[in-house]
Amino acid sequence: MELSRFERHSEYCWALPRSCAMRVPALLYADEDLLKDMDDKVGEQLVNVASLPGIVHAAMAMPDAHWGYGFPIGGVAAFDPGDGGVVSAGGVGFDISCGVRTLQTGLRRKDVEPIKEGLAHELSRQIPAGVGSTGRIRLDEAEFDRMLTGGAHWAVQRGWGEPADLEHCEDGGRVEDALPEAISSQARRRQRDEMGTLGSGNHYLELQEVAELYDAKAAAVFGLGVGDLVVSIHCGSRGLGHQVGTEFLREMVVAAPDFGLDLPDRELACAPIESALGGRYLGAMRAAMNCALANRQILTQLTRESFERMLPGARLRVFYDVSHNICKEEVHDADDGTRKKLYVHRKGATRAFGPGNPAVPEVFRPAGQPVLIGGSMGTSSYVLAGTDAGEQLAFSSACHGAGRAMSRHQAARRWKGRSVVEDMAERGIVVKSPSLRGVAEEAPGAYKDVTRVVQVADAAGLARRVARLEPVIVLKG
Amino acid sequence: MAQAWEHFAHGADIGVRGRGATLAGALSAAATAMTAVVTDPEAVRQTDAIEILCRAPTPELLLVDWLNSLVYEMATRRMLFSGFEVECEGSVLRARVRGERVDVRRHQPAVEVKGATLTALDVHRGEDGTWVAQCVVDV
Repeated sequence: MELSRFERHSEYCWALPRSCAMRVPALLYADEDLLKDMDDKVGEQLVNVASLPGIVHAAMAMPDAHWGYGFPIGGVAAFDPGDGGVVSAGGVGFDISCGVRTLQTGLRRKDVEPIKEGLAHELSRQIPAGVGSTGRIRLDEAEFDRMLTGGAHWAVQRGWGEPADLEHCEDGGRVEDALPEAISSQARRRQRDEMGTLGSGNHYLELQEVAELYDAKAAAVFGLGVGDLVVSIHCGSRGLGHQVGTEFLREMVVAAPDFGLDLPDRELACAPIESALGGRYLGAMRAAMNCALANRQILTQLTRESFERMLPGARLRVFYDVSHNICKEEVHDADDGTRKKLYVHRKGATRAFGPGNPAVPEVFRPAGQPVLIGGSMGTSSYVLAGTDAGEQLAFSSACHGAGRAMSRHQAARRWKGRSVVEDMAERGIVVKSPSLRGVAEEAPGAYKDVTRVVQVADAAGLARRVARLEPVIVLKG
Repeated sequence: MAQAWEHFAHGADIGVRGRGATLAGALSAAATAMTAVVTDPEAVRQTDAIEILCRAPTPELLLVDWLNSLVYEMATRRMLFSGFEVECEGSVLRARVRGERVDVRRHQPAVEVKGATLTALDVHRGEDGTWVAQCVVDV
């Protein structure tokens, strides 16, 4: 983007002031290089979001922002239901509650190195991944509804995990006020074979080594030390969430004129939070969030079973589970200085509550909420911690990953899947994927530099770096 | 003109575009473009057929509904499609589509399509009479 369009508020905060239909300014958190590299569409989309009814303070973009649909990916926007605020299916995205769950293994590299290939094979055998894969769990209608309201709690009750797992999940592993009746038969059908599946594209399961600490105090609170091995699982609500997004996006487009919504772009399809459609979408979205939480919980247990076979006695504990495609009801500071209940959209952005926040598991409160940032295949991932400053900067939100630097086709032309796997093997990383074309499209060089994104998020005060993770085993869909 | 398809760039996702002498032809080509996001359409055998019916108030939403119907069938039947016989009459699309179940080894499917979006959504007839149908699909 052209920097001259922006007012620079600080070294890492750039503003597009209010103009035309904008109700609030747009704020982008980035350094000069990241901002220059962002597509002009990010600015256009933020300006459009800033014009939506009931938006509070600003339409915001995180350092990894890129062109999305309606809202930019890496976008944050909060709406006041009392001021005609809206909820947007496009502002959440198709992969509702896509997120990252990280497990602590209690293992070190030396424990795994001799059986690394075998463990990778076992994980690839246990974890259904890729296009056309199916899970081993089938639910009848009543049980399906219990999953939609119970989330990870439901999964644990059914033997997919341990009660202690739930203490370290956002929302305690279950989102309240889900509406199973708002989930269509098509969405249910689409999920039927997909419980406990990883998905494809940029979804992954990785065994990672803690390679570097930036904040020893926070790392101690989080229980992370250099050389520790963790497992990170990146996936979401699978076919159910995709279908919910599809159906409500269309319904909101058609209904927009009925609500008197004059949208600058139809892809901003939304509905007033306090309308029947808005309420139904929120209920369906929460059910999809529970589906994602249940899915990551099932994958957690499948991972445990693999470790148990290969490394008997290994005890995997949930470190944290946090989503980055959501709309959540939270209390934040409004522009008039009062504390208000707002609906915060984070699309490709991670909640990052600061130290002491009661929504953060008690054990982590001295450090702040863990913020899990996934890299691309073969690159670093990061653990950050929420900050006090994040509340004023971006409703306690931070980045979520790297974002693509080139299209899938460019990547597939540039790299061959087999060479990518071999290059990674030379670096000591085992890659397992059912599709070599998929591996080529997800080649590390096809993504932006996640390290730079995380440095900027830290420098901007959105979240602070705690640990860097490096991949050991990569399971891709 | 013969049907033709292509992809266009869109950040993390991918745009699909079909062209044809008729609206039905352009929609058919857009469907081929969507299959090509996942695998080489020429590698997809046409062993099974299903029927699809869509109704939408505008040609643009008809494209979105058509692609989303295919996404749904791909996901629930674990199939890929490469043959698209499409008929359009007013706001109604009827299609017979042919394909086969996913064969991971042979198809090497790169990514699943989550849904068709309204981004870069456009259906129009150009000055030369060619129909163009396009949008971004989320992967």
